[in-house]
Formats: sequence, structure tokens, C-alpha cells
Amino acid sequence: MTPLLDVKGIAKRYGRHIGCADVSFDLWPGEVMGIVGESGSGKSTLLNCLAGHLAPDAGEVWFDTRVDGPKDTLKMGEPERRMLSRTDWAFVHQHARDGLRMGVSAGGNVGERLMAVGARNYGTIRHQAIDWLGRVEISEERVDDRPTTFSGGMQQRLQIARNLVTGPRLVFMDEPTGGLDVSVQARLLDLLRGLVRDMGLSAIVVTHDLAVVRLLADRLMVMKDGQVVETGLTDQVLDDPQHGYTQLLVSSVLQV
Amino acid sequence: MTDQAYNFAYLDEQTKRMIRRAILKGLAIPGYQVPFASREMPMPYGWGTGGVQVSAATLTPEDTLKVIDQGADDTTNAVSIRKFFERTAGVATTTSTRAASLIQTRHRIPEEDLTEDQILVYQVPIPEPLRFLEPRETETRKMHSLEEYGLMHVKLYEDISRHGHIATSYAYPVRVEGRYVMDPSPIPKFDNPKMEMPAIQLFGAGREQRIYAVPPYTEVVSLDFEDHPFDPSKAPHACGLCGAEDSYLDEVITDDEGGRMFVCSDTDYCECRRAAGHCGPQFPEAAA
Ligand SMILES: [Zn+2]
Repeated sequence: MTPLLDVKGIAKRYGRHIGCADVSFDLWPGEVMGIVGESGSGKSTLLNCLAGHLAPDAGEVWFDTRVDGPKDTLKMGEPERRMLSRTDWAFVHQHARDGLRMGVSAGGNVGERLMAVGARNYGTIRHQAIDWLGRVEISEERVDDRPTTFSGGMQQRLQIARNLVTGPRLVFMDEPTGGLDVSVQARLLDLLRGLVRDMGLSAIVVTHDLAVVRLLADRLMVMKDGQVVETGLTDQVLDDPQHGYTQLLVSSVLQV
Repeated sequence: MTDQAYNFAYLDEQTKRMIRRAILKGLAIPGYQVPFASREMPMPYGWGTGGVQVSAATLTPEDTLKVIDQGADDTTNAVSIRKFFERTAGVATTTSTRAASLIQTRHRIPEEDLTEDQILVYQVPIPEPLRFLEPRETETRKMHSLEEYGLMHVKLYEDISRHGHIATSYAYPVRVEGRYVMDPSPIPKFDNPKMEMPAIQLFGAGREQRIYAVPPYTEVVSLDFEDHPFDPSKAPHACGLCGAEDSYLDEVITDDEGGRMFVCSDTDYCECRRAAGHCGPQFPEAAA
């Protein structure tokens, strides 16, 4: 079996400061990888390097493409990488407004990726948009409303629908529940878990919130100062942490 | 008489060469927006300084110039641009579409079919068709270079979801020769099908410093959806003056009692038809 994503030796520096250093891992089809750590641990830098938003100084990111099999996405031309990022990849931002077009209706937001890959039938696009709004528990009646009229939780669910409508095989999530009220977080997590299971999604979830990875992630990577200090199955890492830093994280001694 | 204080057509030769290079590049890459160093012109932006610079770089002393604004030769804007070139280039001017070798226009394409011997210069306020949804210039440039045009259809989708049909009736986006998506300037969509024509079409945006072009006989397709096809609709009336049923009409108020009628927006077209004996319902007496 081929890993969906094969990450080799990713490193990124900001001058003398280390963003992340020599990170390698595999992600298997249908697997959810959680990356946890405090702010400044390098987890967001790593995610942005993997998703093509930042150019790492070293390393390779091999993705098992539908047509050509594994390809190093860092060596792809920009057209191919951008095509990937709106078809087989998805990116859920912490702040929904970074991932939505606030001046476009909910239906237009969900339909954009379909139109970007050539959908040219209004009725079909709208039908799919409404279907996806339903899957993220947004009423069909809101299809023509702009996200500015939505609550924070609804905006985040809309962002998820907009990302998943093209059936991506790999989803990057950056603090997907960050900034939301606790009760809203719980509902969003349940929804995400259901979607990940139903669609057999592979995902990389960066968060400081251990409750998020407990619920979503099959495996965990713990980062500190740009380094991966511990990896393993989620339950194993959280219930029996080996590294001293992980033990502090899990015991909630650290305010993360 | 040409005002000798100016070079022919106001701009110096070096500037004209620079603009001509931009025009030639535009013709070589139909629909592509070529940046150019727009010059200050002795008229405000919004008065068509982009179109004026393109015309100035294109005119020769042998040319006959026509200038229209919303189809009319006699608006302030059209008159002042025509006078500007009479004064700075000394070229012959005309209101006749057929007699003109270069036509500068704002918001219309003449009704009369243009020929291979003619050049149509458009005044363009906002050249970037993707601007309304993507304000970042770096991003829109990338979208053009990678042919990422899904966003154009998002705009049309929004139109339909809000109005039940594609309500965009001016500056209706087109795809040129299967490649670049282009803003045809704020002409009515009624004019879009005419853009596949024998004449050269040049577009100048002064404030935004862009020139683009459509060479003769180039494919120009108006964007649409399969289930909402492009419709270059016009008002279901005949011209009240000349009876034309195939021209783009303006609604004009005719008296203080709210009387109104539809007349050709292309004044030369309307006058030529009336001179040839055509008459509309508002002027039955002329039929005699
Ligand atoms: Zn008429």
C-alpha cells in the first residue's frame, strides 16, 4: 500500500529561528494525523509547508496523485499545485473569513470549487451546494445569504462544506475549532468526526486542543521548538506519554 | 489648423512608440491586459484618457476620426475628445460610421458593421474582469496566467441566485479565442456578439494603465451556464424615429406628461435610416 502523503525531512528557518526541523512522517489513506504543541512549536509552520503555502528550506512532500501516483508536490509547477489545492486537497483555516468569500452567498461559496473545475450547469451546482449545506447542518433557506450574516460556528461549517464539495482526499485543518465557544466547538467536532468517517477522509489537524485530537486523530505528533518530540497512536500518547514535554501537556500543567 | 505647440496627436513620438508596442503585444495575445505607462492627458480620468492615448498612438494624418459616447456623437465627452484631436492632430472628423477609419467609443459598438479598414478604440474604466471578487492584483494576474476562471462563473451564479437570471447587462465578461477572460468595457451585452468583427478592437484604460486588444475575426464568447445561456436581449420595441427593430434602444422622455419613446442609441445609424426613408411609429407623418 502506498501512503497518501510521504513527508521527508521538512525544515524551515526564519533567519536564525527554527520554524520546524527535519520532520518526516507517512499519512495513510483514511488516516487522521494530529499535530499538537504550544504556539511557537512549529506546528503551523509545518502545516503551511505541507499545504504549499510556505516554501520549506529542505524536504519533500510526496502525494499519491490520482493520475500519476506519488509526486513531490514541492517540485510540481505552480499550475499543477494550485489545481491540486482546489481538487484533491482542502484547507480549513482557523478563521472562517480567511477561507470564505464574505461578499458571496453561501451557495456561491460552496459552488466555487465546482465551477473552478469546470461545472457549468447552474441547477446542478446549486443542488450540490444545498446538499452540502445540509451535510454541515445549514438550512437550505440560507443558501442565498452571505456568510457575514452567519454565526461563527455556521461560518466554520460553511468553510468546511466549501472545502469538501469536490471530494478532496486530503484535508489540512489549522485549529478548526479555535476561537469558537465551547458548546459550538463540541458540535463542530462531532460534525467533523462524522464527515471524516463517512467520507473516509485523510486529514492533518493542527491544534493546541487535546480534546480535538482525542476525538479526531488516529495518530499524534507532539512538537516543541520546531522538533517532533513524540509520535504514536493518539490514545497511547495521551494516556501513556513518554516524553517529559508530552507529560506536561497532557497533565494540563502547560497553559496551551 | 494643428496647434503647433503639440506634437502630432499631442503625445511625443517616444510615448506613442511605447503605446504602439503595448498595442502590438495586445494584438499578439488577444484579451491579455498589457501594462503601459499611462501619461497625464489634458482631461480628467473618467473622460477616456486610456482610449485617447490609444487613439493618439494609432492615428495617422490620413485618418478620419469618429468619437461616440453611448452611441451619440454629440455628448460633451464625445465632442471634447473629437475637438482635442482636431486641434492636436488636425485629422478629419466625421459622425458617419461608414466614413470613419478610427472610431473611439465609450459604452457602445456602432450598429453598422465595421470593416477590415477600421479600428475601434474603447475607453475602459476597469479592465480587470475578476476585480469585483478578487481585489488582489497579484492574485488576479495569477488567475489569468493559469486560466483559473471559476470565479467569473461565481459572479454569474450570484446573479442568477439573486435575480433568477443573469442580470449583468453591461460589461458582460467574455472569453477571447478560448484563452483570456476579458471585460469588454461597459458596452451593453447586446453588443457582445458584434465583437467577432473584421475591424481591429483596441481597449485603453488610463487610470489602471492597461491596454488590451481583439484582432479581426477573433472568437469572442460570452460566459454563461448550460441552463442559463447568454442572451443578448434588447427591449421589445422598434425605434420610434426610424423603425429599426435590430438596434440597441435608449428610452427617452419626450414631454412633461411622462411621454416616452424608444430610439436608437446609435444616432448616426438612426439618422442614416431616416435619410434613407425609414420611419418609426412616432413619426408616421414622415412616411408620406
Ligand atoms: Zn432609430
